[in-house]
Amino acid sequence: MKLLEVRNLKKSYKSKEVLNGISFDMDKTETVVVIGPSGTGKSTMLKCINRLVEPDDGQILLNGMDVMKARKIEKIRQRIGMVFQDFNLFNHLTVLDNVRIGPLKVKKLQKNVATELAMENLKKVGLTSEAKSYPSQLSGGQKQRVGIARALAMNPDLILFDEPTSALDPELIAEVLEVMRKLALDGMTMLIVTHEMGFVREIADRVIFMEKGEIVESGTPEKIFNAPEKERTHQFLAQFTKFGREK
Amino acid sequence: MEFFLSSMSTILKGSEVTVNLTVASLFFGAIIAVFVALAQVYGKWWLNFIATVYERILRSIPILIIMFMIFFGFPSFGIRFDPFVAAVISLALRSSAYQSQIFRGALLSVSKGQIMAARSLGMTGAQTFFHISFPQAVRFSIAPMTNEFTIVLKDTSIAYALGVTELLREGTYIVSTSYEPLLIYSMCAAVYFVMTFGTNKFVSLMEKEFAIPGYEVRGLERG
Ligand SMILES: Nc1ncnc2c1ncn2[C@@H]1O[C@H](COP(=O)(O)OP(=O)(O)O)[C@@H](O)[C@H]1O
Ligand SMILES: [Mg+2]
Repeated sequence: MKLLEVRNLKKSYKSKEVLNGISFDMDKTETVVVIGPSGTGKSTMLKCINRLVEPDDGQILLNGMDVMKARKIEKIRQRIGMVFQDFNLFNHLTVLDNVRIGPLKVKKLQKNVATELAMENLKKVGLTSEAKSYPSQLSGGQKQRVGIARALAMNPDLILFDEPTSALDPELIAEVLEVMRKLALDGMTMLIVTHEMGFVREIADRVIFMEKGEIVESGTPEKIFNAPEKERTHQFLAQFTKFGREK
Repeated sequence: MEFFLSSMSTILKGSEVTVNLTVASLFFGAIIAVFVALAQVYGKWWLNFIATVYERILRSIPILIIMFMIFFGFPSFGIRFDPFVAAVISLALRSSAYQSQIFRGALLSVSKGQIMAARSLGMTGAQTFFHISFPQAVRFSIAPMTNEFTIVLKDTSIAYALGVTELLREGTYIVSTSYEPLLIYSMCAAVYFVMTFGTNKFVSLMEKEFAIPGYEVRGLERG
């Protein structure tokens, strides 16, 4: 059974079609990267998967469970982690509480169990020393690592990353990618939207190129980067090499 | 000197009533305000509409008329309030309209992203409100509430008109027997000043105490 199956996902805002029939699936431990121009519906697609945005049509199965028909969507969201471009940490809570609040208040684990779990995950992102800090006292890279720890602490089946490094100063990007690389090696299932093409080549099991609400093509990084079938894919990727840099 | 001291002790007795009026009005006003703000921010259109009408009307009626309506008007439905209770109800209703706008602004300044993050963890709407929105909105409300505390404190003197023996009425009793209006009313003014000053200091202490490190406290002023 597939870990995630998305079938014919559709979403419009007013009369504007943002997703017009997205289908793909993911196996456990797979790292799938979605690339594509901005305004193409990548964020909308991620948010439809845990129904932070309500899809108009289509089917989503997580471990065979029908996400669209879930009686309590909160139960399903617990199994799907999400990491945001703007971090979205809880400003009034310490780093520890940001990571602990899910296990404690949502999963209702005992406080000492939740604390241990939070510290374990802060260790994974290298931030145990900042447990007592507040988000505003952290660098962007540290904030995003807390965001990742917060998602990990729920012990999810899948983590969605929406441009996790796009809001970061260039010198802070590496530390976040490093954490994600480790997660991929540890066998976490990840669906990532990013423009960090070097990173994509290195860790993606599969790359999906999306444009105007559709999947144009998908395949291994070698295929997509070295021999894309579609002209649109080629054109999109050309932007990243045109200036002699692969971001 | 003896006259001064005995007058002062009478005035202070009255100021105890003033403090009780203020605290009770602010407290009940705050409770109503949370619901009004919730209706305005999260309510369906008709709830939002009712809350907005409530808030606009109460903000535009003079407090004395609200007090007269409650104290003199309600007995015609067979409901008779003690003057103190009528004063608290009036001040609380009016303050709730202003406090709701402070709290509404504070709720709206909690970022959408944090709400989305909370939902993505699997929090319900209620959990998100109690753990994420409410604690931040309360903090954002503290600074703009300073003004409201002061206004309610000063407006308790209008309860005089219902016969509540608060600070001003105690002062007036003394004046009626001693014929020292300037001295006595100056003493009343001084007590108001001290209470206002003390409240402001207290609120700014609270503001520091509960500040989120690195975050400026923002919100609406009473306008
Ligand atoms: N809440 C919304 N209301 C209306 N339009 C929206 C909303 N969210 C996104 N859109 C539109 O949907 C399109 C896709 O947005 P998005 O999913 O954010 O794209 P991407 O993440 O690929 O940049 C954009 O044109 C955007 O303006
Ligand atoms: Mg996006």
